[in-house]
Amino acid sequence: MSFRTYRDVAGADGSGIAEQVGAQRAKVLQRLRSVRRVVAVMSGKGGVGKSYVTAELARAAASRWPSRVGVLDADLRSPTVARLLEATTGKALVVAEQGVHPAIGAGGVRIMSTEFLLESGRPLAWREPDAEQFVWRGALEAAVLREFLGDVQWGDLELLLVDLPPGADGVADLFTLVPQLTGALAITLPTEESRRSVARALSAARAAGITLLGVIENMAGYCCEDCGRSAAVFPGQAGAELVAEFGIPLLARIPLLPAGQPLADGEWGRVLEAMP
Amino acid sequence: MKFLCLECDEQMQFAERQQPGDGTFAAAFRCPRCGRSVALLANPMETQLVGSLGVKIGGRTLDAQPMETVRGAIRGRENAFIDEGMGEGGRGKGPLPTWSPDAQERLDRVPGFVRGMVKRIYADYARDRGIGSITPEIMDRARVDLGLEGM
Repeated sequence: MSFRTYRDVAGADGSGIAEQVGAQRAKVLQRLRSVRRVVAVMSGKGGVGKSYVTAELARAAASRWPSRVGVLDADLRSPTVARLLEATTGKALVVAEQGVHPAIGAGGVRIMSTEFLLESGRPLAWREPDAEQFVWRGALEAAVLREFLGDVQWGDLELLLVDLPPGADGVADLFTLVPQLTGALAITLPTEESRRSVARALSAARAAGITLLGVIENMAGYCCEDCGRSAAVFPGQAGAELVAEFGIPLLARIPLLPAGQPLADGEWGRVLEAMP
Repeated sequence: MKFLCLECDEQMQFAERQQPGDGTFAAAFRCPRCGRSVALLANPMETQLVGSLGVKIGGRTLDAQPMETVRGAIRGRENAFIDEGMGEGGRGKGPLPTWSPDAQERLDRVPGFVRGMVKRIYADYARDRGIGSITPEIMDRARVDLGLEGM
């Protein structure tokens, strides 16, 4: 017995899956049509302060573009950016026919995060049976990201920051859903270990055809509250090395600051200037 | 996916789908020439994989609700969402229906995370058909008509 191929059989696919996936993608495109820039914030590893940088950058952007900045927390398992932006997390999200209203954080930043959905202190959990989760969990997480992009009433935004989970593949998943992605910012610590991880993430992003906007080196030294002198906290120069390796700008070096002391004026502004 | 009737060398057409229990997903396809039918039975893992894509095999009879996958899949706070369109401003055309005690009890068994969305779907179904009271029988009929397996 010989079979024809799928494409040899000329009729439409009875499952309707391809059409539905196409409609889902179109919905995301349509939703983001009123968003001028979509920027991914990524790192190769956890613990580099990616969400902190996202939140501070969003605050700075909101000063420039009041009520026209959004943050999508794509770190579904470890959401933090909503609290960093002082959004109320115990309140219900309102679902309208046109989509879900985002929460509002400091500076009028519009936020969507699993933080709003989960019981306090509880991990992200699925309704489906725990067995064999590895088979479908990735698809489900991609669907959540898609709905966060396409089913939220983001409105007219100058900038939507997407705080990605640690790792190298999240940005490519995002790019699949958002082909008009403006680009990606990479956050690193000064250390060699961080450099290696972030280099992998940057390589993956470049291989996918994503524009690399630049590197931000976080926790780049400590500024003494009393004498004002700066000293290194971590060994290494990951920021400078990544810049040399990938030919992209070092947009900022963020020092550890005494509690309550803001970053020098202009630091975040330079990052915003790098976004076309 | 496509199903080919080997006897007729004809592509079979989607006929209906069901979730008969234990996580099984069933989809029936029929040959338009000879009328022969086959059923695809997916195991729970396959059913979940397809569901994770936010799609319905055979196509949708109802537009996707906002954050449908999020609300249906994540085990979260009971009151994480409230539906703005539950009043007269909903999608349906007629007056808002009442709920029989049995129907209300059945609705109460739906997880709170997704209950509002499910209630609106049934309410809109009733309003569009001029049904004044939602009973379990109406809910069953809506499930069949709208392809709401599992609700």
